[in-house]
Amino acid sequence: FSGSFGEVYQTFHLSIYMSSNNKFSISPEMATQEVQPNETLSNLKAESDTLKTKLEDERAKLHDVELHQVAEKVDGLGQFIMKTRRTLKGHGNKVLCMDWCKDKRRIVSSSQDGKVIVWDAFTTNKEHAVTMPCTWVMACAYAPSGCAVACGGLDNKCSVYPLSLDKNENLAAKKKSVAMHTNYLSACSFTNSDMQILTSSGDGTCALWDVESGQLLQSFHGHAADVLCLDLAPSETGNTFISGGCDKKANVWDMRSGQCIQSFETHESDINSVRYYPSGDAFASGSDDATCRLYDLRADREVAIYSKESIIFGASSVDFSLSGRLLFGGYNDYTINVWDVLKGTRVSILFGHENRVSALRVSPDGTAFCSGSWDHTLRVWA
Amino acid sequence: MTISTLTRGGAQREQQHCLRKMERVIIAMQDPDIGLKMRNQRLLITVIPHAMTGNDIMEWLIQKYNITDEEAGHLGGLLVQYGYIYPLKEPRSLILRSDDSPYRFQTPYFWTSSRWPASELDYAIYLAKKNIRKQGELVDYEKQNYNLLHKRINHTWDFVVMQAREQIRASKQRRKADRIVLECQEQAYWLVNKPCNRRALVRNRVKSSICLESFMKFCDQYHQHDPIMSGCLPSNPWISDDTTHWTINTDLVGTPTRLRVERWSFSFMELLNDCLGRREFMTYLEKEFSGENLCFWEACEDLRHGESSKIILKVEEVYKTFLSPGAARWVNIDSKTMERTLEGIKQPHRFVMDDAQMHIYFLMKKDSYPRYLKSDLYKNMLSKAIVPQETKKSVFPFMRRQRHSSPSPAMVSQATEDNGKAKGAGPAATNSGTLS
Repeated sequence: FSGSFGEVYQTFHLSIYMSSNNKFSISPEMATQEVQPNETLSNLKAESDTLKTKLEDERAKLHDVELHQVAEKVDGLGQFIMKTRRTLKGHGNKVLCMDWCKDKRRIVSSSQDGKVIVWDAFTTNKEHAVTMPCTWVMACAYAPSGCAVACGGLDNKCSVYPLSLDKNENLAAKKKSVAMHTNYLSACSFTNSDMQILTSSGDGTCALWDVESGQLLQSFHGHAADVLCLDLAPSETGNTFISGGCDKKANVWDMRSGQCIQSFETHESDINSVRYYPSGDAFASGSDDATCRLYDLRADREVAIYSKESIIFGASSVDFSLSGRLLFGGYNDYTINVWDVLKGTRVSILFGHENRVSALRVSPDGTAFCSGSWDHTLRVWA
Repeated sequence: MTISTLTRGGAQREQQHCLRKMERVIIAMQDPDIGLKMRNQRLLITVIPHAMTGNDIMEWLIQKYNITDEEAGHLGGLLVQYGYIYPLKEPRSLILRSDDSPYRFQTPYFWTSSRWPASELDYAIYLAKKNIRKQGELVDYEKQNYNLLHKRINHTWDFVVMQAREQIRASKQRRKADRIVLECQEQAYWLVNKPCNRRALVRNRVKSSICLESFMKFCDQYHQHDPIMSGCLPSNPWISDDTTHWTINTDLVGTPTRLRVERWSFSFMELLNDCLGRREFMTYLEKEFSGENLCFWEACEDLRHGESSKIILKVEEVYKTFLSPGAARWVNIDSKTMERTLEGIKQPHRFVMDDAQMHIYFLMKKDSYPRYLKSDLYKNMLSKAIVPQETKKSVFPFMRRQRHSSPSPAMVSQATEDNGKAKGAGPAATNSGTLS
């Protein structure tokens, strides 16, 4: 060895892959080449495709039966009557998002004109109203304690407003900026407490934030385009969540490590909404391709498609009834379709909104669901 | 702090920036004029060239960057953690000792930045080499990883073994000093960059028939509990305008409904998620002198989901109350988990209690929970539980009942705050009854 500096830079190429008849020799050499002579780009691509096919074959091996086959022995659902029981009027523009409070009757909603309103949906009274400094408030969420709401949109931020009962107090004064993305905020959700928020954004990432300090706790990279939606798992270890994006992919993430642990790509267009099945073993998605789909996390595959020739417009928002038997989908053609999750059939179509349905959530105790629409109203159905 | 706009590999790109800065420091340290003076170090009977002592490193950093001992120790420690400098004595202890312990610079070939991400195949070959060279040389986690990889990339295992053998053969042809240097470099690299146990590594796919059956079972089990499917008693508030259904189901109601108590038997999570159920379970555990398990679990949940600023404090509290020898509410965790947890506490973070928490959770789930369901405590609860009468349909269906408002959760917590309790302590559902 010559000088210290030279020695340090001399390397030994240890992972040269040799064939058994000794085509390549091992000798200390400068590790300048990473790729061996016969590993051309097309070879590597071919290898990648073979691996993909192998993966699909592995998945398919365990697919021994279809959902609707298994569901044949289940009773069909009878006549289904659900009506609008409350109409919440007060937004001056398109309603973009809504969320339920844990008290089962309060709701927060946000709209294109920057207004965020908290309602007691049971009495239809407005309890709080905030005007955001930006338009298109695409995301809003109620804190688990019921004492605050989070919202954001074109401001690229997610802000938390503590709810004060002093009518004279300006809620905007106590606003706390928590999340900062480099593009619009598409969805937000508190985790198990008021102290952490999970966000998704048009910048292609999701992120987990500490509310008190605004610190970024974890970021999630993997989508190739805008992320439009997210949902937290109800599982007992409580460490995963799903996201859907404009890259047609639905990803499952480990909150602790930031890793994407599963990915599903069967939709033909943007995924607007994802929601876990109540047991946490599956999730549903709604897409611009006018279908909703069910993905089983343990079988690692899509197991049902909810679609009809007559449904042409995209599904913007989906949620399950408490038992997971029904899937409600709000669509861009102003309707709400109700699907039998097990049998794959549509049990009902609900009319009422006069423009796109943009948001849909079932209440925490499953007694009703709420839909928000571009017709400026929200409706509670039961 | 913002998130940078990018597609894949964002976190890696952020890390790359830090790595480049570290590399600049390392290169300066090796500069022939202003860098460290290196010398031969003895490792057992072999002389290792171009090594330096921990003390040398500290002094150079203090002098070059005009920083204190403490900061130099911290910076030097990071250089070791990230694999740019590795210790020759006690290679598994990736810390910088400010004494005459020998260290060496890692070859750029093995820098984290140039080799990221560590390939599974390379790691498998490395472990195979170790295993072949000396049977039983693999440590615990290496044995685990070896088995995992053996399962996962089983189809290329012949190749892995062949490569390992070839590399061992080739290294035998080198001078002893070179060989030792290379082994040290490689070992150091893998100590820093061992692929973490990702869930993807052990995903076992389940047959469709089994998964789909589970959906049927779930839907069936919850059918009666789904108000939209089966109605609710006495009536659905949204339809009848009568909030009795909510009043009789408040969080800490005196006598719960039968459906609610039945639901506690569906899964352990259902029991814990219902505050009344959880309180009953705590009562049961205390009778069995194992209440500390649930308390520990709750404290861990609070740690995981609480403010970042309180993490260190909470970890200390948990340690004092549940884990330290002779603790007031000592929890019974297996020795391996305890060891790992105690080690982790030295650098407290949000997830440091995860292993211990999961251990206790499954202990309760497999042992205490099934016994609780068979206990008199639960059976009495079930027999006392009420089944409300279904409200008769109104004679005058067009006469709407008056819709009463309810106290806002925000007001409730403000009141409790006035009483000196923590804000937002309870879930919002506590008071969703009617005001008469």
